[in-house]
Amino acid sequence: MITVYVPCDSAALSIGADEVAMAIECEAALLGLEIDLVRNGTRGMLWLEPLVEVATPAGRIGYGPVRPEAVADLIAAGLLDGADHELNLGVVDELPWMRDQQRLCLARVGITDPLSPEDYVANGGNAGLRRALSMPPADVIAEVTESGLRGRGGAGFPAGIKWKTVADTEDDLKFVCCNADEGDSGTFADRIVMEGDPFSLLEGMTIAGYAVGASEGYIYLRSEYPDAAATTGQAIETAREQGWLGDDVLGSGFKFDIHLRLGGGAYICGEETSMLESLEGKRGMVRAKPPIPAITGLFGRPTVVNNVLTLTSVGAILADGGQGYAALGLDRSRGTQVFQLAGNIKHGGVFESAFGISLEKLVNEYGGGTLSGRPLRTVQVGGPLGQYIPADGLDIPTDYEAFAAAGAMLGHGGIVVFDDTVNMASMARFAMEFCVAESCGKCTPCRVGSVRGVETIDKIVAGVDRDRNLTLLNDLCDLMVDGSLCAMGGLTPNPVRSALQHFPEDFSTLEAGQ
Amino acid sequence: MTIQTTTDLQEVVEAVVREHRDERGPLLVVLQDIQRRMGHLDPDVVPLVASALNLSRADVHGVVTFYHDFHEAPRGAVTIKLCRAEACQSMGAEAVVAEVKDLLGIGIAETAADGSVSLDQVFCLGNCALGPAAQINGRLYGRVDRDTILDVLRSDLQGETLSEAP
Repeated sequence: MITVYVPCDSAALSIGADEVAMAIECEAALLGLEIDLVRNGTRGMLWLEPLVEVATPAGRIGYGPVRPEAVADLIAAGLLDGADHELNLGVVDELPWMRDQQRLCLARVGITDPLSPEDYVANGGNAGLRRALSMPPADVIAEVTESGLRGRGGAGFPAGIKWKTVADTEDDLKFVCCNADEGDSGTFADRIVMEGDPFSLLEGMTIAGYAVGASEGYIYLRSEYPDAAATTGQAIETAREQGWLGDDVLGSGFKFDIHLRLGGGAYICGEETSMLESLEGKRGMVRAKPPIPAITGLFGRPTVVNNVLTLTSVGAILADGGQGYAALGLDRSRGTQVFQLAGNIKHGGVFESAFGISLEKLVNEYGGGTLSGRPLRTVQVGGPLGQYIPADGLDIPTDYEAFAAAGAMLGHGGIVVFDDTVNMASMARFAMEFCVAESCGKCTPCRVGSVRGVETIDKIVAGVDRDRNLTLLNDLCDLMVDGSLCAMGGLTPNPVRSALQHFPEDFSTLEAGQ
Repeated sequence: MTIQTTTDLQEVVEAVVREHRDERGPLLVVLQDIQRRMGHLDPDVVPLVASALNLSRADVHGVVTFYHDFHEAPRGAVTIKLCRAEACQSMGAEAVVAEVKDLLGIGIAETAADGSVSLDQVFCLGNCALGPAAQINGRLYGRVDRDTILDVLRSDLQGETLSEAP
């Protein structure tokens, strides 16, 4: 029987993958051909979605982007045999985009049926968990520390140190919380992993639980991702049936279970203490630190809070050893990062690579520059709180410290590209407007300062007392940085100030133009 | 649409609370479940949930009003969420938002008077490489413009006439 793959990833669905899958089934039935249609995760080349693959002796051959109305022609032209066609991309694994990656977090994403436990195990799943369970918990932590793994949520805190703090804090109840509130614009790697290989997240959480002595895990997933919620929820059920979760994980005697919780559409709940409040069923108001969540976390108990990709990396680290992982990367940024190419970009998608690859190479070589074909003007990295980097400043190695030295932020690895039609005063204003909408309200500089920020930018653009208002805006940014508990108020000045610094001409449109 | 009486609400609240009683910190989960069943969170829900979970009404009201997902008034038959985050803006999302507002004759966070459509803004749907993105009745769409939204609306409203704003 011929195996055909059509992704079930929500990005693929958003441009017709379900309709393509249905058309393939109908067409095959009409022709009396028996096919095995697998709904895999995405390969991450989102500009080629819906990407149809067919298994051949030479490997999986891809066709894309496939429109539902093109399916009949494609099958008539021999798609099921991997025949030539203008949409034939060749063997998918041999495409430069695929070949040049080092896929650890994405090892199985796009390859397997995301909800098939057999596929998971056949492709290396649970190897890390099995090895971890054969080791003393302290050795598991040592391995993660040795790997140099840092939190992928954006802050880059060493995972091993966080885990050790939780392990060293005595309590009869501890938690592992996965922060899957991926609210930053330009980031979707967590979603792609949860929709494409959800068991790997569960495996990473279970390893974390074993290492620190926790018995319960919570995944806090944003409600904007209903497909990821459905897949992850089913994966949890299956993992329980398989004995990968529950009272006796893989027959080791270790007890661990995972619960899925949905957010309420509040960006701020991606901040770890706000997320903990929300998990407790409260308003997502940020907590002051200390106490740190590792000691006083969910319901006051010691809690590991890690991002989806941090936890997904753990499985690979334990399976192949921390040393091998640490061999990848640059300086203090070890291992791989799943970069997300987004916005006005020709080739958007996810690209997993060892740290160190330059931003320029990601955007212009793999990303192919802007989709509009117009000159690239700026790139925002690290979400809405990241700086705008001008087109001539992209030659930065992707490394937490190198980005910081260049006055930018790597964050969660989301890269948003803008062409020359962007108005940077509008983007600066939007950063403040976003903070107005999403501030939890606890700190006045964030709650009120952002409102004043919008007003002040409006005055600057309108040419009202320009110099004095620029001074005021700078002052306001200082206050937000100094007087906010978390990154929401503290980092909102990043996009504002970088827009002002690199594109001052956009802030005097009216003066110049009218 | 059925008229919700306080007794109906009471029954729903009791059933939902019973279902989630053993979960840790269940307030958010309970409110999500009630809204899933009732379509919105009537203000009368607040004292009922407060009493059932032994919380103050202020606690419950505070949570209802904190999260963008909770709605205190009935929603349209179709909910359109348009992404206004940076990646979608780089692909012209602001123009799509303006056009859809014009098309529907309602603003962001409003529901059409005939109860057909609610329009919301959202900051990121995780479809940042295929923007502008929209979510219509929970389903994700990429590379949207005014016309795709109109097509989906027509099919989701299943032939009900959609009056375009002049």
